[in-house]
Amino acid sequence: MDFTIEINKEQVPVQSGEYLLDVLSRIGIKIPTLCHMKDKLPTGACRMCVVENKSNGKLITSCSHPVEQGMRIDTQSQRVAESRKTIVELLLSNHPDDCLYCVRNKNCELQDLAEELHVDDRRVRGEKNNYHLDMSSSSIVRDPSKCILCGRCVVVCEETMGVACIDFANRGSKSIISTTYNRGLNVSSCINCGQCIMVCPTGALTEKNHFAEIQDALANPKKVVVVQYAPSISVSLAEEFNMEPGLDINGVMNAALRKLGFDFIFDTTFAADLTIMEESTELIDRIQKNERLPLMTSCCPGWVKYAEEFAGDLLPLVSSCKSPQQMMGAVIKTYFAERMNLRKEDIYSVSIMPCTAKKFEAQREEMVSKGIVDVDAILTTRELARFIKLYGVDIHKLEPEITDSPLGARSTAGKLFGVTGGVMEAAIRTAYWKLTGEELIKFQIKELRGLAGRKEAKVEVNGLTLGVAVVNGISNAKVLLDEIRAGRKDLHFVEVMACPSGCIGGGGQKIGASPEALAARMQTIYSADMKESLRVSHKNPEVIELYRSFLGEPNSEIAHHLLHTRYRIREDILK
Amino acid sequence: MASISTILKQYPDGKREHLIPILQAIQEQAGYLSEDSIVEVGKHLQLPTSKIFGVATFYNQFRFEPQGKYHIQVCRGTACHVLGSSTVQAELEKRLKIKAGSTARDGLFSLEVVACIGACGLAPVISINGEFHAKLKPADIDDILEHYRNLESE
Repeated sequence: MDFTIEINKEQVPVQSGEYLLDVLSRIGIKIPTLCHMKDKLPTGACRMCVVENKSNGKLITSCSHPVEQGMRIDTQSQRVAESRKTIVELLLSNHPDDCLYCVRNKNCELQDLAEELHVDDRRVRGEKNNYHLDMSSSSIVRDPSKCILCGRCVVVCEETMGVACIDFANRGSKSIISTTYNRGLNVSSCINCGQCIMVCPTGALTEKNHFAEIQDALANPKKVVVVQYAPSISVSLAEEFNMEPGLDINGVMNAALRKLGFDFIFDTTFAADLTIMEESTELIDRIQKNERLPLMTSCCPGWVKYAEEFAGDLLPLVSSCKSPQQMMGAVIKTYFAERMNLRKEDIYSVSIMPCTAKKFEAQREEMVSKGIVDVDAILTTRELARFIKLYGVDIHKLEPEITDSPLGARSTAGKLFGVTGGVMEAAIRTAYWKLTGEELIKFQIKELRGLAGRKEAKVEVNGLTLGVAVVNGISNAKVLLDEIRAGRKDLHFVEVMACPSGCIGGGGQKIGASPEALAARMQTIYSADMKESLRVSHKNPEVIELYRSFLGEPNSEIAHHLLHTRYRIREDILK
Repeated sequence: MASISTILKQYPDGKREHLIPILQAIQEQAGYLSEDSIVEVGKHLQLPTSKIFGVATFYNQFRFEPQGKYHIQVCRGTACHVLGSSTVQAELEKRLKIKAGSTARDGLFSLEVVACIGACGLAPVISINGEFHAKLKPADIDDILEHYRNLESE
């Protein structure tokens, strides 16, 4: 049913059931919000979005109030402005407000609102929050003192990720966001995905940084410092420097990394190709033996930890392949070290990832061999931008450069790893070739493209109908896992990415990126796949050379030792 | 864990609305809600433990540490409040070196704030293992605690 309501003395057509906030933003009225999340049920917790309903004289939260017949809304009254300002003043009254020392300085919603609402006087002084900093996780740092209790992290953790390791605890002025028994995140069911960081309006949730160690390594003449970057970094880094979303600055990024002092620059996409070689072999083997199907991907460390915690019964289905980051790390400290006549101990291996869970993954005990880790330190996309700024490198003035050999070549199939569905597409291309001896003619699989949370396709290979499914966002994976538990048999291969949209939407990417920016990142990866000629992992010349001179063949003994891993059911956490 | 499974067996269909009665029953039996017990409840009701902890901490009635041998309830009801129970509470916290809701390290005393224990005529009042101490002033606290400590050393 359509009707009109009065907004700021003008009649505005609305549809029954619409939230007031959506109407207001449609007609170009900017309403400040803190707890509001697109596509989630409103909580009305923060009260920032209050407007005045002149028909009954009440202040109402526009995010949670559906339009009603006869509403007369004023968004600009003095009462509204004063209320919003007071809310921010109260939020600031117990906030540490140590903005200058906060990683979210100049990128903080609370700070922005304080400025927009003309908070220029300290009218309310309260006792400052004083909670323990939770540094226990290898990925995420929680500082409850900076928390404004908007609850977005709780919503994303429960509804998008299906994990729910944090919730509101206590009551009234003692309310906090807490893990079970306020224990460290490391013993909670947190999967380290970092989506809570992406929605946090302040600096209460941040990633654990490895800056100091990396700086030490770069300054140490005895260390050979090697860097790798994930497929999605080159299409998301530009935004950190106010360049157009989706712009691929791969070459410039190479140049910047060289300026920072990295000795060798490799592309994790190479290892994505390597992953495809191993994982497609595993897939074909399982199909031929008709066992442990569907094969489930293991590239995403958030998903892997989730499976260890909540899907122990299905853990045998998960591929034994290490993630591309860890494969690359292992190859750098063996094959590359041998070729360059370097000792493992002298190599410091850094990876740049769109992901906070990679920080957890790199320190897993399975990723350490005789005291040597595959990967020493990780920078998220955001942290790389800060690093580039720290070293005074002006990215706008650099000429593109290429990666180093022998681990720099990549196919566009590997590049697709950055978007949900990409691992699947890349694997199908190579599996098809392995099974038929021919290349897939229609190499793009349209059903697997786009940013939907769940996608499925059927692919004909040599008379076999290969059933594949792709999910992103663990809550979508949960539904699929239940179908598999209930006996679904038509699937052979399942790709799971913890973060919505896959790695381009990872927990280490730019905070506050719009859905349009995410789509632009995706398009850039897809268009590389259209334009470039090396579109299949099995034709990557450096991957072929690696097998020829070092690994033998996929799933050989040495490949198994270096490129595969194992998992364990995690009962020892508070889930 | 046997006792918890006995409690959970009384709620075989494991619905969310059974959460608070289950927590009450566990506390009744064990004196507090342990981490292990919450994990068991979570499995039974298919609820994340963070949510159970959230619900339990919302209410004053639940404890998360074992009670002390002497459990002190400070009444913070209206009559007691008007007659200065906040200073009594502050003195107890200072002497015991713990906050309300927790247990002293030696396990001898635990401290809890309650809304009203229905003895307004005795305000401000505290109850130690059910024994009332009436019309208190902060200066009385030391002697009372000493009394219980002496019981221990005898």
